[in-house]
Amino acid sequence: MGTKVAIIETKNLTYTYPGASKPSIDDVSIKIEKGEFVLITGPSGCGKTTLCRTFNGLVPHFYQGELKGEITVAGLNTLDRHTYEMAKHVGLVFQNPENQLFALSIEKDVAFGLENNGVDRAEMRKKVDWALNQTGIYDIRERSPHEISGGQQQRVAIASVLAMEPEIIVLDEPTSFLDPLSAQKIFEVIYKLNKEQGITVILVEHRLDLTAKYTNHLIVMDQGRVRFEGDPREVLSNEETRLIGVGIPKATLLYELLKKEGLGLSSKIPLCSEELADQLLEALQK
Amino acid sequence: MIEAENVHYSYPSKVEALKGVSITIKDGEFVAIMGQNGAGKSTFVKHFNGLLKPTVGSVKIDGVETTKSSVAALARNVGFVFQNPDHQLFSETVEEEIAFALKNFGLEPEIIEKRIDWALNLLSLTQYRKTSPFLLSGGERKRVALASVLAWDPKTLILDEPTIGQDHEQKEKLRQFIMQLQTQKKTVVIVTHDVEFVAECNPRVVLMKEGKIVADGEGKEILTDPATLELSSIVLPQIAQVFAKLSDLGLPKDIIDIYEAKAILLKEAWRRGK
Amino acid sequence: MSVFDGLKFRKVISPIHNLDPRMKFIYVIAIFVAAIVFFQIIPLLFLFVMQIPFVLLARVQKQWLRSLRGAAFLAVVIFSVNIATTFFTKGYTLPPEDIERAVSMTLRFVVLVESFSVFFLTTSPDHLGLALENSRVPYEFAFAFTTAVRFVPVLAEEAQTIMDAQKARGLELEKGGLLKRIRNYIPVLIPLIVSAIRRSLELAEAMESRAWGATKKRSNLYALKLHRGDYGLLAIIVGILAVTVYIYFFVPIPTIVSLL
Repeated sequence: MGTKVAIIETKNLTYTYPGASKPSIDDVSIKIEKGEFVLITGPSGCGKTTLCRTFNGLVPHFYQGELKGEITVAGLNTLDRHTYEMAKHVGLVFQNPENQLFALSIEKDVAFGLENNGVDRAEMRKKVDWALNQTGIYDIRERSPHEISGGQQQRVAIASVLAMEPEIIVLDEPTSFLDPLSAQKIFEVIYKLNKEQGITVILVEHRLDLTAKYTNHLIVMDQGRVRFEGDPREVLSNEETRLIGVGIPKATLLYELLKKEGLGLSSKIPLCSEELADQLLEALQK
Repeated sequence: MIEAENVHYSYPSKVEALKGVSITIKDGEFVAIMGQNGAGKSTFVKHFNGLLKPTVGSVKIDGVETTKSSVAALARNVGFVFQNPDHQLFSETVEEEIAFALKNFGLEPEIIEKRIDWALNLLSLTQYRKTSPFLLSGGERKRVALASVLAWDPKTLILDEPTIGQDHEQKEKLRQFIMQLQTQKKTVVIVTHDVEFVAECNPRVVLMKEGKIVADGEGKEILTDPATLELSSIVLPQIAQVFAKLSDLGLPKDIIDIYEAKAILLKEAWRRGK
Repeated sequence: MSVFDGLKFRKVISPIHNLDPRMKFIYVIAIFVAAIVFFQIIPLLFLFVMQIPFVLLARVQKQWLRSLRGAAFLAVVIFSVNIATTFFTKGYTLPPEDIERAVSMTLRFVVLVESFSVFFLTTSPDHLGLALENSRVPYEFAFAFTTAVRFVPVLAEEAQTIMDAQKARGLELEKGGLLKRIRNYIPVLIPLIVSAIRRSLELAEAMESRAWGATKKRSNLYALKLHRGDYGLLAIIVGILAVTVYIYFFVPIPTIVSLL
């Protein structure tokens, strides 16, 4: 998906938080192309959260400490740029919906980034309305953040990042606090943004059963390093991925079990229930 | 034993969160209370240790009405682990954190020592005995919170959204831990919307929606009934999703276990001569 | 506490609620100035009565009266202190002029509290925040204000959750003498503080990630515009100040004592 232009590229990226005994990300070299939908996963503490923060400069500018290696995001070297400069190109959505919204009304929150950039009112209004519509929250724009559900709050967070029209949106476990249905809605919103607006999406998630199907670039991290990278169908059927502690979608696991017993299923590894069901119907009804 | 009868609860803001829920949970049962955010799950479960008292109806723990007892007294038998461990942790060391409740309940110092040893060991925290809980990782802090509640060995354990923010490995350990508690005949109640986790455990499932109980029964049956689940906005577990789409083949629909699924599919394949 | 009811915003559709908060604030300042200038009962009484039409127009009578009740306690204190001071410094006598003076001190206090009460009852935090943003106050302060207001309900809920969590571990907050009770709140305060710190960090991350500090000249999605009602209020403000100045310099105000 997307052209061969790398929009994020890191080379031997290593970072240690001040006071930590070992690096949180260690020798990470990845390349993300423009327009991709990338999924990053791995057990707790694997460094995926830290990696996200290198994309917009929070690491190292906000957290101090030394960032070794090279990193280029949207053609810019994050080490030389202020976070507020990177914010125009990379939007970051965090895990906790409540702690990302600080204005007294939703649309004011969505406008925050534009206000910070001194955008004039008429243009701001247009962009805010656009972002609100893209995320399906236009009708609740005058409500206060505390009155709405977690799922709606995360959509506000996405809208407020979207309003600045970044090329890349990074989401760090955005659905941790949400129920599966609300989580699905969030994934649909960002998938739509990726497909329709061409925005490069980087999603950090544990729930692979809900998200593996959206991507063809899966990165598995463990203890600060990138262990596996590539097409999820290959990565997830790899025994070692399971051993790291990654939650393989049940459909994929079942496929593996059946294949081992000799059931005549196709060689395309399923990532969701629909794919497996189709394969089973074909295999059993032939 | 937990007996709730026709419980209504309204918040001070006059919002009615529970509209007449009744349930009986026998000793040693494992119950998962599920439903959308806002269905009333946490509100309901807070009645089991007296944190909330019904505005109408009654809740009895081991035959005693919760209105006739203090939270501290009820807590002796009903341990409640909240969703966010950071809402509980405040001590200088893990040891003191675990001792907190034990001291509150007035246990003897020698017994407190023994219980601390036991709890630390149970949750693999012995090496952190003298560590400050604030220096531990998220997963470790969750274990400290759990240890501090289990330390006084309550008969019943309530876990509010224990799987949030946990990775696969941590959830698996939690599941095994609950199984262990079950073998010790403890009553375990979890409030969750994590369908896959519940599918793995296959407990009794109670579904709530808008302050009422809409389903109460075997996990396998409830989690695979699309009508019921749509009613309370929950997603089918993935295995069940697969079988729902295979209805044309005449296969059973109440499958949530991966090995059972494998067995059935292989049998079917063999039956069809594949 | 009932006195705080008189300071909490009450959402009502009224012409007063729609007035520009900056203008309302200047009005309160004008009342403040007038109340300071005069120490006689008659003008102070007049200033007090002047609030009433605003209160009625804004339909916040109940809450306003509640704040009056709350202020009553302090009013009594002020009155007593004044009387006592006079009594002891004037050789155990209470000249009537001084009693009158004590009454006007008390009345002045009441006028100040009441005008602020009307202001807060009719101005939402959003409006206040907007006023701060649109004034010459540095944005950091306006932001701190709105963020604080935004998180008050969140913190309140969290405090409740923390209390519940600790109660579920046998903590009994109501028991024990004063010292024990204060100590009992430590398991509630520490998680609350730690949580607040963690929250600020997350907020800061989110702010940075949304271009905080990009430019010195921030723009604003909303604009506060002055309308007809605001100009009307402005006229009243000017009137108050003009009359105050005139009376102060040219019109001797009789004391009640002299009239009796």
